[in-house]
Amino acid sequence: MYGGGYIFDEPNRKQQREEQLHDDPEKLAAFEARIARGEKIEPGDWMPAEYRRQLIRLIEQHAHSEIIGALPEGTWITRAPGFKRKLALIAKVQDEVGHGQLLYNAAETLGKSREAMINDLLSGKSKYSNVFNYPAKTWADVTVIGFLIDAAAIVNQVANSKGSYGPYCRALERICYEESFHLKQGYDAFIELATGTPAQKEMLQDALNRWWQPIMHFFGPPDKASSHSEKLMEWKVKMASNDDMRNQFLDVYVPKIWELGLTLPDPLLRKNPDTGKWEYSDPDWDLFFEVIKGNGPCNKERLDVRKWAEEHGRWIRKALMRPEEMERSALPVA
Amino acid sequence: MQLQQAIQELITKMADDELVIGHRNSEWTGLGPVMEEDIAFSSMAQDKIGHALALYRILEEHFGGTHPDQFAFLRNAKDFRCCHFVEMPIGSYDFSLMRHFLFDHAETVRYQALAQSKFAPFQHLAGKVKGELKYHTLHADAWIIQLCTAGEDSRWRMQAALDNCFQLAGGLFEPGPAEDLLIAEQIYPGEAALYKQWLSHISPVIGKAGLVLPEMTSPVYGGRTGQHTPYLQQLLNEMGEVFRLDPEATW
Repeated sequence: MYGGGYIFDEPNRKQQREEQLHDDPEKLAAFEARIARGEKIEPGDWMPAEYRRQLIRLIEQHAHSEIIGALPEGTWITRAPGFKRKLALIAKVQDEVGHGQLLYNAAETLGKSREAMINDLLSGKSKYSNVFNYPAKTWADVTVIGFLIDAAAIVNQVANSKGSYGPYCRALERICYEESFHLKQGYDAFIELATGTPAQKEMLQDALNRWWQPIMHFFGPPDKASSHSEKLMEWKVKMASNDDMRNQFLDVYVPKIWELGLTLPDPLLRKNPDTGKWEYSDPDWDLFFEVIKGNGPCNKERLDVRKWAEEHGRWIRKALMRPEEMERSALPVA
Repeated sequence: MQLQQAIQELITKMADDELVIGHRNSEWTGLGPVMEEDIAFSSMAQDKIGHALALYRILEEHFGGTHPDQFAFLRNAKDFRCCHFVEMPIGSYDFSLMRHFLFDHAETVRYQALAQSKFAPFQHLAGKVKGELKYHTLHADAWIIQLCTAGEDSRWRMQAALDNCFQLAGGLFEPGPAEDLLIAEQIYPGEAALYKQWLSHISPVIGKAGLVLPEMTSPVYGGRTGQHTPYLQQLLNEMGEVFRLDPEATW
């Protein structure tokens, strides 16, 4: 699951100008015409350097979000109450890791290896969805993640699946199909608590209160703060604006939350009947950028777990290499 | 001992083994050495927990037992009948992989025998799990051979894992008090026979991998009579943490 909008970096103007000088204007025009006609770009096709760079960044960070996203829920597999929930949660988290695998494969078609991507994740150079830097404190958190974070991710991923890069779109189609099951199991577990005992309801309301701001952050900063998405939208790398996706999410899911008798911690939240758009209090965007920088409640914990897995798995990955790869890996890094 | 009670004991120990090893395997979710292994262990964990559930359902439906959720999530260690082998923490991947190899071959020979059982629910279940176990053992065999033939370091690690696991794995075949009755009634062939078949299953792979099979000098027994390692109660406390908040509630 993944939500974006803040994944594209501000292009380095100087570098971009230089790259654009190298982009053959005729090829660029043909490339843009193909996209305008709705054709998919495939790995061997010509593409502008900036398109390749932003796509690698997008798909790589999506992949990281899947494997890091497996962690907050993964810690609840051993505590899931009852066979039904235990089996569903293992299957769900397994799917998320599988999505990571699919996405790393898609990103590799653009020329960056899985190892290089994982290294950038561990060094902090490459980011992942901010929402996974918050703790899953109770079982109710698992139901909120499974229902609402997955729902938010679907909004984002369905939009991206209509983008221009073939391998990413195909991976997303499969991912969205599986995510729709995740959403069902999340909603089912959420309803179970919402209609359960007073203690279960209280647990759920508490989780919802804590997760609401990260969910509002999920789609990224407001459109007015984003200045560099025009070209990416023309190239069908970015498929919908952050505010549009947020509005789409609120439109479908806020009524479902309210109809269960739950509340949301935002007194201004309402749908404006005249505009058809949702109005809400601005979430704390300073906090959002702090968490991206690595200062969220769980950034360190999440990366430490991945580092443990990398460290303990090293001898196994080495044993899987072909002899010539082993020789290469033994060479000192230049 | 009555036959009915003997069958229930057999089901309980099998189911408890499956639940606990499934729980342990699920602990690899998110932590695997490569993503593909992460996915494989999660997938096998689901299968094992699914087998446990199927067995608890047999207890419920054929012997008037309690609901599988209540039976699995509320009992304490002394009432579990799993062996010590499955209780051990996941440790490092070499231990978990070796346990998976030894356990899955044991499970395979057990279900092969149960396919001929006079107790019909066993036959039915054995038919269902056969396909899954084929892939579990294929996975285990492939990894054991790959790691053991890749170099001295990984072969040495796997030999150490085998040495650590082997006496514990003997606990899978701890005989029960009603073995003779179950054998006479053709419910299953008994633990000693399964143990022999197990050795014949694992030996070719061990040989191909260049590992040395230890002698089974002191199999670790006790689990089938309710004596457990401290790890089991810790695991059960964690497993029941949410469910026990309100066992009457639905979750």
